[in-house]
Amino acid sequence: MNIISPVPATAQGQDGPGPAEAPLGFLSAIRPAVMLIAVFTALTGLAVPLGFVELGGAVLPTQAGGSLIERDGKVVGSSLIGQAFTGDKYFHGRLSATTDADPADSTKQVPAPYNAAASLASNMGATSKALVERVQGDIATAGPAPVPADAVTTSASGLDPHVTPGNALRQVARIAAARGMPDERVRALLAESTEGRLLGVIGEPRVNVLRLNIALDAVAR
Amino acid sequence: MTLIGWAQVALALILVFLAAVPLGRYVAAVMQGGRSALSPVLGPVERGIYALCGVNPAHGMGWRGYVAALLVLNALHFLLLYAILRGQYYLPFNPQGFSGMSPRLAFNTAISFVTNTNWQAYAGESTLSHGAQMLGLTVHNFLSAATGIAAACAVSRAFAASRLRTLGNLWADVTRAMLYILMPLALVVASLLLAMGVPQTLAGSVDATTLEGAKQTIALGPVAFQEAIKLVGTNGGGFFNANSAHPFENPTALSNLLENWSLLILPFSMAVAFGRIVGDRRQGFALMWVMGSLLAVFAGLTYAAEAAGNPLLHALGVDAVAGNMEGKEVRFGVAASSLFAASATATSTGAVNAMHDSFTPLGGFVTLFLMQLGEVVPGGVGSGLYGILVFALLAVFVAGLMVGRTPEYLGKKVQAREIKLAMLAVLILPLCILGGTAMSLMTESGTGSLSNAGPHGLSQMLYAWTSATANNGSAFAGISADTDLLDWGLGVAMLLGRFAFLVPVLAIAGSLAAKPKLPPSAGTFPTHGPLFIGLLVGVILILGGLQFLPALSLGPLAEHFAMLAGKTF
Repeated sequence: MNIISPVPATAQGQDGPGPAEAPLGFLSAIRPAVMLIAVFTALTGLAVPLGFVELGGAVLPTQAGGSLIERDGKVVGSSLIGQAFTGDKYFHGRLSATTDADPADSTKQVPAPYNAAASLASNMGATSKALVERVQGDIATAGPAPVPADAVTTSASGLDPHVTPGNALRQVARIAAARGMPDERVRALLAESTEGRLLGVIGEPRVNVLRLNIALDAVAR
Repeated sequence: MTLIGWAQVALALILVFLAAVPLGRYVAAVMQGGRSALSPVLGPVERGIYALCGVNPAHGMGWRGYVAALLVLNALHFLLLYAILRGQYYLPFNPQGFSGMSPRLAFNTAISFVTNTNWQAYAGESTLSHGAQMLGLTVHNFLSAATGIAAACAVSRAFAASRLRTLGNLWADVTRAMLYILMPLALVVASLLLAMGVPQTLAGSVDATTLEGAKQTIALGPVAFQEAIKLVGTNGGGFFNANSAHPFENPTALSNLLENWSLLILPFSMAVAFGRIVGDRRQGFALMWVMGSLLAVFAGLTYAAEAAGNPLLHALGVDAVAGNMEGKEVRFGVAASSLFAASATATSTGAVNAMHDSFTPLGGFVTLFLMQLGEVVPGGVGSGLYGILVFALLAVFVAGLMVGRTPEYLGKKVQAREIKLAMLAVLILPLCILGGTAMSLMTESGTGSLSNAGPHGLSQMLYAWTSATANNGSAFAGISADTDLLDWGLGVAMLLGRFAFLVPVLAIAGSLAAKPKLPPSAGTFPTHGPLFIGLLVGVILILGGLQFLPALSLGPLAEHFAMLAGKTF
């Protein structure tokens, strides 16, 4: 085999994409580099994003502004962002691993579920003792086995707005009792709030917890 | 595993493959200076930029000139970003009044975005102002992707004809990649994301009063446009800490499908474009088959592992049907999360819609392994193409050794110089990944960064060095990355992973370009058939994978068997 045959040192003949080779040099590259960065910073860093802010605000103000939900003129949340529910009369979302600065000592972080200013996950590995112990603790109060996985696991963002329909269904009796509503009524609201897969394929069946709870409150009024 | 889950995976991949063919044709045309439907609008802008820069796009550069220009562009690019990150307090669009980053974190972050890695040792929404996100990160998302496309085209041209002296003009390549490819694609994707609910506002945050009466501060920002280029440019650096798992970055299952498509489309299109540039479309499709089949297999493996779930939790009474839901979002479920994880690690994107740290050990294994293959199936925008071409040269070299004939690729003789340079390039990966991991784990600072014990702790450190060197940017995110050791160390790894790979590859291109293009003879090994595809898959798996298997055995594999044995750490 002929692997070490010499390479022609000075290639002659046809040129590449251009007629002549530009002079080599780091110095001559500074002007074009500076100009390119300046032009594209102005375009992609200012003009287009700011244009998008204007366009979004004009054409799709709800989406561009964060899909906020107002009730009685006050912002109660975003339909895309979950919030912490602890009371018996509301459906509960998933566990959230977000934290916030400790009010007593700002160098420390303390658990603060659904902190939408600082998304965070548990990042616990599958064999983490802390994970197994946490699930063990939560499952004790989660009703009969098998418990839906989303009821005892933390979400990736800490802000998951959804639970699975199976998880929500197990909460119906508690909410009906706390609100003094018939089970069927709560179940009907849940069914209305349940979203299926787009075209039967895309996504997973889910319930938006905040929207469902707002619907519950609306009935109560 | 469910039929619908497999259908979700298949649908996403098919949409990518279908679109890659026409888009690749377009990429090849515009990168060669040809006209397109956008030329009437963008032509004058393009010529204006050349005038401002004082360059003639027709002036070709030899490989050394091309490298010099590319390094100068990237060095300035780094300095500017470093300055923006340090000085964001003094820049406009800072409604939350965030102060500048520390020197080490700004160094790490600037390198990270310049090298198209987008490793983030900070949490976006609580660290960076809108000004720094737009003027700094968004711009550099674009420019680092354009650099990759430019370099890939330069390398492709080396195979196009006989005795070439030049590889093209870097300034023209970057300008065309920006104007004709990245910006239009990002605009379309950003508009769709905006319609699906991704915010685009200059407001810093909104205070809501929850139904239970508590105060919830909701961070907002100009997310949609940055999100689009984050995926289209295979960058992966999120506006928010939770990246594409955050409902504001990825609000619905449909937006998730779009994002998954966006991060895969250009790397596959580049393979198609390669076939066009070298004048033999079959060569591009052969590379696409290699990339596509490996991606599909590994995506399937991830899905199988995640759908099987965590037996330690099942034993406690958790329903096994949904699979491993720790660190995943309900709207995506296990199938779409697994595909996204495989896609974002098989490309150099590193975006996440679920937390890789909480994947099952085998799911995590796949993400690590895909990065360790060298980001070539299909790899980053541009970098995936020039990466797989290095493996293609090694594959024909191996085939040449078997039959005792000088190897050729596309009519260019592959000789000692090229193979030495190719090995120099691919050895950067084990050097930085294994060396960096080993070094870090011998220091107290390194072990102090780990948030998990046992084999998973080793995996966390291995993942960090793998992600940095492969210019991926995803993380086993429990690791504390903002330390002296990891900020500086991973910064250097990212730099070497990008440029100590790219420069030898451009040198190979320069050397091959100068050679005559030999017509195929009866003895030529065809590089578009199934035999070559199989050989290339083998070389990628053996060369890319085997060197990391000992480390992977101690990390994710050991953890897998510990999990089956019911052991926790």
